[in-house]
Amino acid sequence: MPAISFQSVSKAYPSPRGPQGSTFLALDQVSLDIEEGEFFGLLGPNGAGKTTLITILAGLARASSGRVSVLGSDVQTDFAQARAKLGVVPQELVFDPFFNVREALRFQSGYFGVKNNDAWIDELLESLGLADKAQANMRQLSGGMKRRVLVALALVHKPPVIVLDEPTAGVDVELRQTLWHFIAKLNKMGHTVLLTTHYLEEAEALCGRIAMLKTGRVVALDSTSALLKAASSNVLRFKIDSELPPALAVLARVTGRVVQFPAQDALAVEHYLTAVREAGLVAHDIEIRRADLEDVFMDVMKQHSGSDQTQGSVLV
Amino acid sequence: MTGWQMLLYKEVLRFWRVAAQTIAGPVLTAMLYLLIFGHALESHVKVYDQVSYTAFLVPGLAMMSLLQNAFANSSSSLIMSKVMGNLVFLLLTPLSYLHWFVAYVGASVFRGLVVGVGVFVASVFFTDISFAAPLWIAAFAVMGAALMGALGVIAGLWAEKFDQLAAFQNFVVMPMTFLSGVFYSIHSLPPFWQTVSHFNPFFYMIDGFRYGFFGVSDVSPWLSLGVVGAAMLAVSAVAMYLLKIGYRIRS
Repeated sequence: MPAISFQSVSKAYPSPRGPQGSTFLALDQVSLDIEEGEFFGLLGPNGAGKTTLITILAGLARASSGRVSVLGSDVQTDFAQARAKLGVVPQELVFDPFFNVREALRFQSGYFGVKNNDAWIDELLESLGLADKAQANMRQLSGGMKRRVLVALALVHKPPVIVLDEPTAGVDVELRQTLWHFIAKLNKMGHTVLLTTHYLEEAEALCGRIAMLKTGRVVALDSTSALLKAASSNVLRFKIDSELPPALAVLARVTGRVVQFPAQDALAVEHYLTAVREAGLVAHDIEIRRADLEDVFMDVMKQHSGSDQTQGSVLV
Repeated sequence: MTGWQMLLYKEVLRFWRVAAQTIAGPVLTAMLYLLIFGHALESHVKVYDQVSYTAFLVPGLAMMSLLQNAFANSSSSLIMSKVMGNLVFLLLTPLSYLHWFVAYVGASVFRGLVVGVGVFVASVFFTDISFAAPLWIAAFAVMGAALMGALGVIAGLWAEKFDQLAAFQNFVVMPMTFLSGVFYSIHSLPPFWQTVSHFNPFFYMIDGFRYGFFGVSDVSPWLSLGVVGAAMLAVSAVAMYLLKIGYRIRS
């Protein structure tokens, strides 16, 4: 039985810009299964439908069609069972200003019907570096600390399936390390983890399998290693002092002064460097590295930038 | 504690933590009404034989405070959680719409009763209070608070901003409570306004409640009980339906 199952899930919203009555399709027939014990990454640009998919899974929104279940429990018809098995870390930094950290955790525990949970609450506080903040009011905590509390709140009822919606957005390196160490430990203990993130380096390091979404459709779904293998094997990377000509710029990934071209072989490397020289530019700090998940992501998004998007079970 | 009991406890603790604002404030306001209206009108207004105007005012003011605070509790809790975004913590739990309803309305009833009792305790310094039929007092207090707690749930779900909730409070709750006979007997009104008052469910809450103290009322307490009971059931049904469909809280 899959830990999470999305079957032909679509979600239509009233279109804010189109004529009255028109709808905007945030999710279009999304189907994917996440097996028990997996560390699964859900990637995609802003507006791809990642958060919509998670809000449907969490019961915060209803799918227009399709079925979603958590360890066999339908999130609509059997919502109590489904939600008891699910721990969700929301993207927004929200908190209840009336209570301190320990109270918030006790309440959340109680809503799930978990009694005498102080030992686990203490363990959570300790593991997430919150032990000395237990009596602090949520208002007094920094953004990073609030994020840790959100994680603790999601885990307080020991859910077998954990969903993290961009948990490291805007947080410092220390928290990322603490968080990933703790989540990886939970995953090793058998918890299924579904992660959405814009940090592709994190996804590459942590996730065993990855799905990429674009405009509400699954455009890639495979193991992380297979996705990396399928991409261009090498990347030519160098720095320049002026702008690339438009004809070259469309082929490259440009980040400030850093330019990166997908390069399968020595011929391609030679070709790009010649083109740069002929454009009157000087390339510095030239290096050739192996493609990473970000390259794969850019490739996939580029391939599906037209209207010929099709859904597939592997990189399509 | 089960899930709904924990939510009820949290909702009670929420207003208890700011008791100066949620309990002492409304009691003080009621005392100011009692002091000013009682002092100014004591020798001018005669409502029932054997009952002084100040004594007549006390149950009405207690009920008005009770109703307004029961409404404020559920509505303000919901709108704050919506605006702050922390309602998501509840939305993610297995609690059903019935659990939500019982917890939010239960906390509203509790706050309403605490404020109502507070008004009585403070009133002892101003006048003698009699309790002709305590069961009627309890029945109308609990039903009135439950009705307003459920109405607060509806308003809290409907409102998306604080000013929308304030509008509901200022243009619906306040006029209906003030025009329900808190400060007067409707028999002192012209016939037309007497008829209009009979369409205001708040009138029956106050009149039935007052019957419990003096053993006299403008209409039969059984009629008041029927109207208040029917209104409570109707408003509760709407509140539960809105919670069930996740009105403005689940998309």
